[in-house]
Amino acid sequence: MSPFERHSLEQRVKDLVFQAVAIIGLLFAVSILVLLLVNVFKDGFSRLDWSFITSYPSRKAENAGIIPGLAGTLLLVLLTAIISIPIGIGAAIYLEEYGRKNWLGRLVEINIANLAGVPSIVYGLLGLGLFVRWMQLDRSLLAGALTMGLLVMPVIIISTREAIKAVPSGIREASWAVGATKWQTIWHHLLPIAFPSILTGIILAISRAIGETAPLITIGALTYVTFLPDSVQSPFTVLPIQIFNWVSRPQEAFHENAAAGIIVLLLFTLFLNSMAIILRNRFSK
Amino acid sequence: MFKVETKNLNLHYGTTHALKGVTMGIKENNVVAMIGPSGCGKSTYLRLFNRMNDLIDNVKIEGEVLFNGKDIYNGNIRVEEIRKKIGMVFQKPNPFPKSIFENVAYGLRVNGVNNKKFIEESVERSLKNAALWDEVKDDLKKSALSISGGQQQRLCIARALAVEPSVILMDEPSSALDPISNAKIEELIYELKKKYTIIIVTHNMQQAARVSDRTAFFYLGELIEYNDTKEIFTNPKNERTQNYITGRFG
Ligand SMILES: Nc1ncnc2c1ncn2[C@@H]1O[C@H](COP(=O)(O)OP(=O)(O)OP(=O)(O)O)[C@@H](O)[C@H]1O
Ligand SMILES: [Mg+2]
Repeated sequence: MSPFERHSLEQRVKDLVFQAVAIIGLLFAVSILVLLLVNVFKDGFSRLDWSFITSYPSRKAENAGIIPGLAGTLLLVLLTAIISIPIGIGAAIYLEEYGRKNWLGRLVEINIANLAGVPSIVYGLLGLGLFVRWMQLDRSLLAGALTMGLLVMPVIIISTREAIKAVPSGIREASWAVGATKWQTIWHHLLPIAFPSILTGIILAISRAIGETAPLITIGALTYVTFLPDSVQSPFTVLPIQIFNWVSRPQEAFHENAAAGIIVLLLFTLFLNSMAIILRNRFSK
Repeated sequence: MFKVETKNLNLHYGTTHALKGVTMGIKENNVVAMIGPSGCGKSTYLRLFNRMNDLIDNVKIEGEVLFNGKDIYNGNIRVEEIRKKIGMVFQKPNPFPKSIFENVAYGLRVNGVNNKKFIEESVERSLKNAALWDEVKDDLKKSALSISGGQQQRLCIARALAVEPSVILMDEPSSALDPISNAKIEELIYELKKKYTIIIVTHNMQQAARVSDRTAFFYLGELIEYNDTKEIFTNPKNERTQNYITGRFG
């Protein structure tokens, strides 16, 4: 066997081994997910009906429903998006296109990257101090959305910056060269071209907000709510908290409720993600 | 008077001294070719005239850059005005991911023109002047990314012409193109020179000799020799110029 042939055989073996390892890893992850889903569906599917969705929580497990949690989650996500998306994209545009790349810029950059990794409970404490106490927003929907907004903003900023950075520099130069201003260049070219990737970042960020519980518990979101929020100052709960509340009860029937709640939460996330993917594909063609 | 000129111009990128005391003037309706080895500062020099270097952090510029006798780095001048009057064509064709029509119309739109008829006429005229009209007139709505590289580069020239500049900067405009597209661009430069002042960077000596009236040889950020193209290619005064054009270095 020539050295070349031996080398190529070795490479092929390595390739196969790597493939096998990757497939085993994938199978492991997928089977755990499937197991989880099967388990949840087995427990909760029978509880899922219209009245479960439209009812308020109750001391009796069979009468309890998720409407306050569902409404709270929906409103919270909506408010969080309204707060964090414009500020996040604006900050990213500033940092990428206007801010000087000096030591201050780099410091800001490092800090944002760090913020993205800060445990969510810390954001909860910040929200408690800043929004609930200092701004006296109390344990309102607005306080929750502001806290969540802070939590997801670094992710939005980072992914938007990456998306803008990925636009070929030739496009910028071409636009400037015919007399477009910086802002026209951003608005006419950079944002439209970067839009699909920006959207991906936003989806990831918002999905994270849907599942977060810790910061909301920290700022004092309620766990037993028998009304719907009627304004941004209204107290609220969210689905994950409702689920958490049911799980922590001793009775088996409440665990079934929790499982059914999880199914709804999963469907909700799935729905949002697929909406976003459809939107993204439409714009990126 | 010169159409554009620099006086004792120094440019630093951070610690790199990229242009060293360059004084050079370009007459109206002339084509000036800039030649020199890679990294000698040709692109940097070209980008002075439409202030494209401003957009890079840590650039320091000393000296004067004059356009029609006026300093374009003067604080009172809007950069966008300068860029409208001094157009640029880049090395790689860089059309916007929009229709052919919108690519050419873009410069007009950002400069506040929204008369539909005016835009249509201007697009047609620019595409004709860029020798592209006959090839694309039936599919102006098609994406600019769907035409060939050579056509894209002529589209970029049309885009530059649409805002009616008087000077056109070209940074190796045909180096990414096939010989036929290259020949078309050269023909085009020949036509354009009747109306415009053109500065063209090229690594192709034959191209410099064919299209330009005057040639400037740069070396390590300095202007070594600047003279009529014929003189430079038949009777260079400086030894380094001679070595470069005969291919002995660079
Ligand atoms: N954005 C930049 N930041 C820092 N240094 C730069 C930058 N652009 C160019 N330079 C430096 O300035 C010098 C001149 O570069 P320039 O691009 O003008 O050369 P050039 O003659 O156009 O070369 P080429 O023929 O390869 O295009 C080089 O030493 C280069 O490394
Ligand atoms: Mg160059």
